[in-house]
Amino acid sequence: MDIKLKALTKSIWVFHAATSPCNNCDIEVLDLLTPRYDVERFGIILVGSVRHADALLVTGVPNYKTKERLKKLYVQTPKPCVVVAIGGCACGRVMFAESYNSPCAVDEVIPVDVYIPGCPPKPEAIIAGIVKLIQKINKK
Amino acid sequence: MKILFNYLIFPGFLFSACVGLIAGWVDRKVTARIQWRLGPPWYQNFVDIVKLLGKETIVPEGAKLTFLLSPCLGLLSVVLVATILGKAIISPSESFIGDIIVVLYLLVIPAIALIVGASASRNPLASVGASREMKLVLGYELPFILSIIAVIVKSVGSIQIGSILNHQFNFGSHIASPSGVLAFIVAIFCMQAKLCFVPFDASEAEQEIMAGVLIEYSGLPLAIFKLTKAILLYAIPLFLVALFLGKDLSPVFITGKYIILLVIIILIKNTNPRLRIDQALKFFWGPVTLLATVAIILAIFGL
Repeated sequence: MDIKLKALTKSIWVFHAATSPCNNCDIEVLDLLTPRYDVERFGIILVGSVRHADALLVTGVPNYKTKERLKKLYVQTPKPCVVVAIGGCACGRVMFAESYNSPCAVDEVIPVDVYIPGCPPKPEAIIAGIVKLIQKINKK
Repeated sequence: MKILFNYLIFPGFLFSACVGLIAGWVDRKVTARIQWRLGPPWYQNFVDIVKLLGKETIVPEGAKLTFLLSPCLGLLSVVLVATILGKAIISPSESFIGDIIVVLYLLVIPAIALIVGASASRNPLASVGASREMKLVLGYELPFILSIIAVIVKSVGSIQIGSILNHQFNFGSHIASPSGVLAFIVAIFCMQAKLCFVPFDASEAEQEIMAGVLIEYSGLPLAIFKLTKAILLYAIPLFLVALFLGKDLSPVFITGKYIILLVIIILIKNTNPRLRIDQALKFFWGPVTLLATVAIILAIFGL
């Protein structure tokens, strides 16, 4: 087991990439940092710059503008990094699949490691998703 | 050989980095408890550093060589501060004349390293952060040096940490007098600004300019900057302990005094909103400088 990846699973710094969401998922993500769920227990903190990030939390359906931004953000993130798609929109575009301003889903732009469905997903569901992600990294 | 050991291991790099990282954890834990959260485990900052060492280092297109050199400069100088302080406290007779001036100069270098590194990264937000950091340095250096002049005046014009300690050992701590209290309050404000903690962290404001000066740093250089911050968190409170609370420096007392200063820093950090840079500058050049001047005048009259 690689010490790099081991340390990564113990201290995931998260960058919140909002690709035109309706803001419901963002509020649930912020809930995770509040006293009730407090993910800093596991070393997870929100960082301001994508250069410091280990995980991209993607919410919303990419449109023509945010699609390019999302691609750039992924290139700018130092590797190894993981991508977490939060909410039904980011997982599979749900009702926006036929929309005129929705060119593609998140996983057609960048590789996604974990999908957390829900509209919006509960904070517990997001924590469960992160736990699955850590198990997946540990198995690698 | 002994010098190398001192620089790299005991009062120097390894020891101060460990203490600083644990102090950083105390900061995070107390902050979390104040916000009614649980907070991270004690090894969290060590894991962060190890993780950053394993990450890819990205150098932005067109960045100069100074982008990678400046973090090393900051770390080297701050480790030297920790070594000089540690040596002076362990054996006051071995310190050299004028080391307080050397420490003062070396304590500015981490801020200068941040400014140089941010300017070399060619990022507009980093340059905003760099300009704020520059103004903040201009702001807090004046009162900080004035408060230390007050200490020098009180210990009969000696500019050697060892003899300042000896003076306090013979005549009682400097804080036990009106001028000492005023200078100590000034030094605490300046310490808060030197550590870039909350009322004065406009240069790294995460919410408005996305980590500001550190925005383009990733991987190894970011880890070095984090280590520099950690060692500063060890060195500056220790410096103040040596200058103001130097009566009894047995290991138990020095740990207690360090922890008291750390708690003061954390409480100021958690109970204040961030100041705009012009407010911070006005604060430092107005009331704080005035306080420091009063402290010097009182010290000259022997109070």
